[in-house]
Parts: sequence; structure tokens; C-alpha cells
Amino acid sequence: MTTNGTTAHISIRGVNKIFQTSDREVVALKDIDLEIENGQFVCLLGPSGCGKSTLLNAVAGFSLPTSGTITTDGKIVTQPGPDRGMVFQEYALFPWMTVEQNVGFGLEIKGMPKAEIMPRVMSLLATLGLTDFRSRFPKDLSGGMRQRVAIARVLALDSPILLMDEPFGALDALTRRNLQDELLRIWSELKKTIIFVTHSIEEAIYLADRIVVMTYRPGTVKRDITVDLPRLRDPAAPEFNALKRELGQLVMEEQQRHHNDELRMAAID
Amino acid sequence: MAGSKLREISTGLIVPVVAILIWQAFSSFGWVNPLVLPSPLAVVRKWFEYLAPTEAYAGGNWLMWLVSGELIRDTMGSMYRVVTGFVVGAGLALPLGLSMGSSQRVYAWLNPLVQVLRPIPPIAYIPLSILWFGLGNPPAIFLIAIGAFFPVLINTIAGVRHVDGIYLRAARNLGASQRTMFMRVMLPAAVPYILSGVRIGIGTAFIVVIVSEMIAVNNGLGFRILEAREYFWSDKIIAGMISIGMLGLAIDLGVTRLNNHLLRWHRGLEN
Repeated sequence: MTTNGTTAHISIRGVNKIFQTSDREVVALKDIDLEIENGQFVCLLGPSGCGKSTLLNAVAGFSLPTSGTITTDGKIVTQPGPDRGMVFQEYALFPWMTVEQNVGFGLEIKGMPKAEIMPRVMSLLATLGLTDFRSRFPKDLSGGMRQRVAIARVLALDSPILLMDEPFGALDALTRRNLQDELLRIWSELKKTIIFVTHSIEEAIYLADRIVVMTYRPGTVKRDITVDLPRLRDPAAPEFNALKRELGQLVMEEQQRHHNDELRMAAID
Repeated sequence: MAGSKLREISTGLIVPVVAILIWQAFSSFGWVNPLVLPSPLAVVRKWFEYLAPTEAYAGGNWLMWLVSGELIRDTMGSMYRVVTGFVVGAGLALPLGLSMGSSQRVYAWLNPLVQVLRPIPPIAYIPLSILWFGLGNPPAIFLIAIGAFFPVLINTIAGVRHVDGIYLRAARNLGASQRTMFMRVMLPAAVPYILSGVRIGIGTAFIVVIVSEMIAVNNGLGFRILEAREYFWSDKIIAGMISIGMLGLAIDLGVTRLNNHLLRWHRGLEN
């Protein structure tokens, strides 16, 4: 590996986020306090509308909290930056760049000399099994391959923190498991701090050291669970299923609130 | 595959061939006045005459003599005006469109004026162009530039304004500066829009060149068919029209190929 595996501590303190629309205000996040240790793999779990992506975007610096602070290694987050690499569900690859240009773009922005970029890109492509695809454009790749490129692109930055917004949500089950294993392998090598947003309970249990279940509007921390099953985890194991049942109940309560809220909104309209 | 391609071409040829045969029959049986509608054979004969050098070979550069025919000189004259006018029009429209697309302030200042001027057809500028530039190439190039300007401008503005926010977020996350963001993300993302504006702009330029040659210039394909009318050379009129059509087709094919090359990364290409 060319990356050296630096990690960082993330501290989220008293974070509130309020969205103002023309006729009402939505409290997306309310009093969120989370301390995320160096190298921890944290999943934010909850139904849509629970603010898990909002929280991730706040850490990424795309949309800052209305009140409260987020710091990474003691530094307050004020804007997006390459120290917090983001992987999007929609891949967000630049379609006019080839695979290797996409992966090298962050290094180019950093001002790394071209001669140093190339070997680094090639090594990342090799790590993610993309070497044969290096001259292709994203449109000629499958969803799974695209997400591999997106992961290689943020790994190139060597950021201590990876933020992943339902990165495998659009993939089929087999490709998804494949990429989950790949991510665990990379994480165990590089020990990056990862915040991973998902609404899949099984995915959260399979991946995370710690699962933060969030409530539907306003988004608060409903339950903070440490998962200490040994990896690689077996989704058929009884402990796995016990956890799955417990989390399923928590998430379904919030899903039901989401559903009721939708019915109520429809009635108002 | 080759067989189906061949069949596709031969299927496409049936209707034109039948139409030409009927046309030839009308002429051969004397059902139409050749001054009104000359026979296809007469048109073809005239076209080759139009293409051929006007004077016999009298030494000197052989290639120069070969391209000394009226058709070739007219085509080169028209092409010169199309290309120059297009480069002027698109060359002004592109930077203006980029700044209007990326800056809300520039857009607010200039958009009302653009919206007022845009519906004026380039042809309506003819009197003013002659008043300002006299006769010859300058008024023609002015008109063609106007014809090319608006399609490129409007599409460039739309292209920059419609850049998918996800690319901007990804680039900000990678630490891109304003300049990098513009040059490496917004500009390439807008290229599909800009190129479709280029294609429309070239098409407009080609229409305007023919009209402007009928009015302000005394050579070029547009001038030649109007001149032929004065002498009742209907065969030359049609030969000229066919040449204009072929040139238009060639330009469009060229632009399409360029587009396909520049947009090889883009989804949803026909080829």
C-alpha cells in the first residue's frame, strides 16, 4: 500500500441542524453528541429522514450545523476538505475522466508532481482490482466497478477519515457483499476512521464496530451499540441474528413514525 | 452485419431513384418546360460543367488549374465566410456564456438584453449590416457571426447552470480551488450542451451565408444560384442547390464526428 494509514478522532458536540423551508422549519438533527475514536468503524443506521445523511454532510463540511461543533483531531470543521474523503451513493465519478484520471485528480489538486501521481494511482488501482480498467470511462463500468473507482479516489487522498453515504445502496446483493469485504480488508490494513451511513441493518452489523441508531425527525441518537462479534462475521450466526432482531425493532419503530408522518402530511395537503 | 448495412443503403436508395426516373420521364416526354424544370441529366451535365475548370490547361500548377472551376471557388468562398463568421460568433459567445452561466450577477445584468436581441432573426440585420459594413465579406461575416452567436451563447449558459451538483460536491471534497473547479469540472461537464449549441450555430451560419451571398457578396454558392436565375439557367440553379445540400451535409457530418470524439465519455451517444 502507498497510503500510510493515518487516523483521526471525530468529536460531535451539541449539534443541531434546522432546515428552513418557505412555510415551516424542519429540525433534522437535535442535540447530537458523539465521540468517534481513532480507527473506529461507525455505522449510522435509520430510516430515510432520520438525519443520518445530514449528519454525515455536516462532518464532511457540505452543510454546517445550525449550532454545536464538529471537530476532527481538535480542528473545527468549517468546509469540505480532502482530510475527510467522501464516497457517495451515486459514485460521483467525473464522467469525462478515465478511471486513472479520476483516481489521480485529488493528487493533482494537491499539487503532487505528475511523476509521483502515476505510480501511486497504479498501486491503488491494483489494490482495488481496477488495473485492467484504468483507461476506461465511467460509463463503460458496472456499478460495482464505479464504486471501486470512487473508493480508490478517496484512498488516493490518504485522508484519515472516510465518510460513506450509503455507498453500496445501489448495488446488487452479491456485488455489495464483495465490496463490503473489500472495504473491511482495506480498513483493517489502513485503520481509517470510517462513518458509514446505511439503512440496511445487516450491512451495519456486518461492517461496524459501533452502530448508532437514529430517530426519525428530529434526528437524535436512539441507541449506541458496540458490536464485538469477531470478523469476518457470519450473517447466519445466532449472535448476528439476535442483534439483527434487536436493531430491526428499533429501526422499525422509527420507520413507523416516518410512515405516520407521511400520512399526516398527505392529509394536510 | 455488412449484408444488413448494404440492404439498408439499397432500401434507402429506392425512393430517390424512382423519383429521379419519374422526373426524367416527365422531361423526356416533354411534359414540362425545360426552362421551368430541366431534366436530371441536364442538371448532372451542368453540375460537372460548374465543377470543371473554366479555361483549358495552359501550363503552370496543375492542381491549381484543377480547382479553378467556378463551383470550387464558390464553395471555398462560402466556407471561408461560414468558418470566419462562426469563429467570430462562437468565440464571443463562449466566454460570455461561461461567465453568464457561472455568475448570477453577470447573468442578472446581461440576460434581459440577450432575451430581447435573441428573437431577432439574423436576416433582419441585413440592412444594418450593409449600412455599417458596405458590400462584400464584412457584412456577410457579421451576419453569420450573429447567427452562430446566440445558439452557442444560450447553450453554454444552460450547460454551466445545469452542472450536476454531485460533481461540484465531489470536487470540493477533493479540495479543488475555484479555478480548478471551473476549468476541470464545470467546463467539461458543460461540453455536451456547448457542442449541441455549436451544431445548431453551424447550421444557422450555413443558412445565413447563402442568404448574405444573395444580397451582399458577388461570389459563393448563394450568389451563384441567384445569378443563374437572372439568365434562366434553371439547370444551374438546381446544380447549385444540390451543391449547397452536399456541403451542408458534409459540414454536419464533420461536426457530428467531432462531437462523437469529444463526447466519447458521454452516455447516450447515437453511435
